[in-house]
Amino acid sequence: MLSYVLRRLLYAFPILIGVNLLTFALFFVVNTPDDMARLQLGAKHVTAEAIERWKAEHGYDKPLLLNETETGVQTLTNTIFFQHSAAMFAFRFGKGDDGRDIGNEIRTRMGPSLAIALPVFVIGLLVNITFALLMVFFRSTYLDLGGVVLCVMLMSISGLFYIIAGQYFVAKLWNLLPISGFADGADALPFVLLPVLVSVVAGIGSGARWYRTIFLEEIGKDYVRTARAKGLSEVRVLFRHVLKNGMIPILTGAVVVLPLLFMGSLITESFFGIPGLGSYTIDAIQAQDFAVVRAMVFLGSFLYIVGLILTDISYSWVDPRVRLR
Amino acid sequence: MTRAENLLLGLGLLLLAACGDAWNNPYPGRAADANVVYSAFAERPKHLDPARSYSSNEVEFTGQIYEPPLQYHFLKRPYELIPLTAEAVPRPRYLDAAGRPLADDAPAAQIAESVYEIRIRPGILYQPHPAFAQDEAGHYRYHALAAGFAAGKRQIADFEHTGTRELVAADYVYQIKRLAHPALSSPIFGLMSEHIVGLKELGDALQQAGAGQPGAPLDLNAFALAGAETVDRYTYRIRVRGKYPQFIYWLAMPFFAPIPWEAEVFYAQPGMADRNFTLDWQPVGTGPFYLAENDPNRRMVLKKNPNFHGEIYPDAGSEADRAAGLLADAGRALPLVDAAVFSLEKETIPYWSKFLQGYYDSSGISSDSFDQAVTFSAGGDPQLTDSMRAQHIRLVTTVATSLWYVGFNMLDPVVGGLGEDRQKLRQALSIAFDYDEFSSIFLNGRGIPAQGPIPPGMFGHVEGVQGINPYVYEAREGRIQRRPIDAARKLLAEAGYPNGRNTKTGEPLVLYFDTMASGPDAKARLDWMKKQLDKLNVQLVVRGTDYNRFQDKIRKGNAQLFEWGWNADYPDPENFFFLLYGPHKKVGTGGENAANYDNPEFNRLFERMKDMDNGAQRQQVIDRMQEIVRRDAPWIFAYYPKSFGLVHGWVRNVKPNLMANNTLKYRRIDPQLRAQRRAEWNRPVLWPIGAAALVLLALIAPAAIAWRRHEKKAA
Repeated sequence: MLSYVLRRLLYAFPILIGVNLLTFALFFVVNTPDDMARLQLGAKHVTAEAIERWKAEHGYDKPLLLNETETGVQTLTNTIFFQHSAAMFAFRFGKGDDGRDIGNEIRTRMGPSLAIALPVFVIGLLVNITFALLMVFFRSTYLDLGGVVLCVMLMSISGLFYIIAGQYFVAKLWNLLPISGFADGADALPFVLLPVLVSVVAGIGSGARWYRTIFLEEIGKDYVRTARAKGLSEVRVLFRHVLKNGMIPILTGAVVVLPLLFMGSLITESFFGIPGLGSYTIDAIQAQDFAVVRAMVFLGSFLYIVGLILTDISYSWVDPRVRLR
Repeated sequence: MTRAENLLLGLGLLLLAACGDAWNNPYPGRAADANVVYSAFAERPKHLDPARSYSSNEVEFTGQIYEPPLQYHFLKRPYELIPLTAEAVPRPRYLDAAGRPLADDAPAAQIAESVYEIRIRPGILYQPHPAFAQDEAGHYRYHALAAGFAAGKRQIADFEHTGTRELVAADYVYQIKRLAHPALSSPIFGLMSEHIVGLKELGDALQQAGAGQPGAPLDLNAFALAGAETVDRYTYRIRVRGKYPQFIYWLAMPFFAPIPWEAEVFYAQPGMADRNFTLDWQPVGTGPFYLAENDPNRRMVLKKNPNFHGEIYPDAGSEADRAAGLLADAGRALPLVDAAVFSLEKETIPYWSKFLQGYYDSSGISSDSFDQAVTFSAGGDPQLTDSMRAQHIRLVTTVATSLWYVGFNMLDPVVGGLGEDRQKLRQALSIAFDYDEFSSIFLNGRGIPAQGPIPPGMFGHVEGVQGINPYVYEAREGRIQRRPIDAARKLLAEAGYPNGRNTKTGEPLVLYFDTMASGPDAKARLDWMKKQLDKLNVQLVVRGTDYNRFQDKIRKGNAQLFEWGWNADYPDPENFFFLLYGPHKKVGTGGENAANYDNPEFNRLFERMKDMDNGAQRQQVIDRMQEIVRRDAPWIFAYYPKSFGLVHGWVRNVKPNLMANNTLKYRRIDPQLRAQRRAEWNRPVLWPIGAAALVLLALIAPAAIAWRRHEKKAA
């Protein structure tokens, strides 16, 4: 398995270079270094000389991909792309256009992102699976139908509505929790509860329906009929057999997102004032801070690859037929 | 008790403990009755280095921490400069080309240099900071640190020792040199290098020196600047090319605040920047507050500077100020609060809700909340709604020293040029765009239709009927009214477009409006603009674009009509008229004249007006300039924005000052009243928790019953 993991990690290099190149191309198609300089220098009293100085100071005074004034390998290395990308493979992200160290920001912001994303993931998974199993248990009854209708209703409502409604009722009308903000340590609890509650409720519709489909597919299989024929109770059939065999598709969806939990949620963090990586990314896009956008896309891609490898490993754990070589 | 019950109880107790007095309190661990101002910021500041910070969200902090030599009087209007760290407001001495002194009223053409000599008050100390900390032997404790020393530190407070020292004139000179530092990209370097003698040359020298030793810090004390030098320990001199009376206003901005060299040496050490220990993030000033906590992702906290030199609340103000209670604290030592907590609040809904809960002391009014907060009386005056009055909230309004306008590209073959037909075309369009209607539809009345480039509150602005733009407005029975649309149609016909068609070709007149506005709100505004021109049978094509492309079009002169705004840097009409000065054209020179307007007479008057002292003569010149731009109409003068703010009843000494950025020191609050109101407004409503439990039970119970039935049946 180790050789498989190493091989997959090596495959990751060309993927990450490709992602980096694509991000670079997309960013600079709409955004020249001059544009970046203008945005950073503000709208007033910006001279051409100031723009040149800013570019030189931030390393954007070089050609984008190919430096024809250089010779040999420096044709490729003395470019904006290389100078700003090479260090990332050592996880050295450099500084944002505001001068703050990106690595430091990522380390600081990971905690708050995880404080929301992890409970949402775990509680959401438990709630969704339980709800789905209940619907499967009562399949083809009015309770199942009611459950599906409820799920569709929950899915049809915009995520933003849950946030605004949650903030309005829980925080504003009933004064039960702070409407937004964050704190360190145990003080974070009241700030975390509302976004977690809102995110879990917002995810029930799609999550429970998805798991219901998986379980329904499993429940029609021969081994379930056999289990019933052996006289096992329905609860035992569902939890000991159906749930276990339904784990592969569940793992596909769940494990792959596990590393991405670090990246946080763009909207939730913004509305609840959570100083996480989601809001960091959205701020950087708005500020046209290429250094941060590139670092976050790189990190997101890397974590996605890690998620895929973890998914493969988890397959081999839950399904003895799968062997990684 | 079961394990689940124990867990629930524990969770509840933890929640209660964490929430303190009110369950929804967003400030855990902070006493509600502390003498602290609670505020918010929507966008984290990019720079706190006074050489770089320019945006309002940046100077909101640097203005409280750094002290330039001058400041604006808090209460007096029109705005008046008074000393801050200086002993007096300096008066420039004028010299001719041979260095001989000239009289104060010497013609500007003779003046080769203006010399400002500024004497600061002795005994002013910097805030406590590790950069000044010395050991018993007098050596700086933190000026020669090992590479990993800063690794475990998160805040400046993590350094054990601090020190201070007296502010000296050399610190001001040092900062002026910093404006030329290539690594700092100061936004005013380009402008100041045109005025301060030798600044451009210093910039070149620093760039060269920096290129020779990449990455190494530059010792600015080793570089001379002819235009800024110390005279003695407390006096420094700035030499400005020619006559530039507006320079005095720059001396009230943080760009000209002092920086101690020790701070630069301290922050330049290895490992510091990796921990965000830089002057850009950890300011070192002499002001009434210092930045005690700097987490712009969450919260920034200003605390009272224990070394503050002391200043007293002003006792000069108008009768209206006295009636509003703004002189109640006259003579009291500043600052009046112990700290200010600024929380990051990106979205308007949580901001507004927290304000209503008493967790923010003041708030703006977003368009979503406007109807909830403000109504208009029959006379059109804004007043608070009953719910706001019930919470003892006060409304504070002011007209910003800003202007929004729709610019015509004067280089455009259709709308540009100074010919009479083009003037009439632009005048017709100016009448058609009904900004009175715009203000009432889109701004909730928070905009005053503009009559010219100079906003109210600034020298040169004329109020009332005397100050109207006669090409767009007329006075009828003492009331100012927009000219009827028929007048616009007539002008359009005279311009060669009767009923919106070109007399020569018969083609309809189609105009192009470049904008970076997008989204549903923008669509409504753009539809409104189209409708305004529909009145003249002129078609308006909207060309939406992003910020970068928009800037590019303006720079290259490819736009035809565009919307733009300007916010005053200082209270002088020069700061608006220079936007129309020919040599400042955007195309070719990259200046601020986005309309590329170039009228020789206007240019001549501008050159005269900018060097004049305020008075009747200057007003005459300004009136003539106003007449020229109103006639030429390179801009459709849209509106002067009016800002509405809300403050709670416990907040005192609130008087909008659009020029000053250091007004936090005057703010007073009544913390006991705030604590009482917060407790009153934030009592938790518990029945929803019980109701939620019942709903959950109602959902589970049928399932449990059915399950039991099913299991029995199976058995």
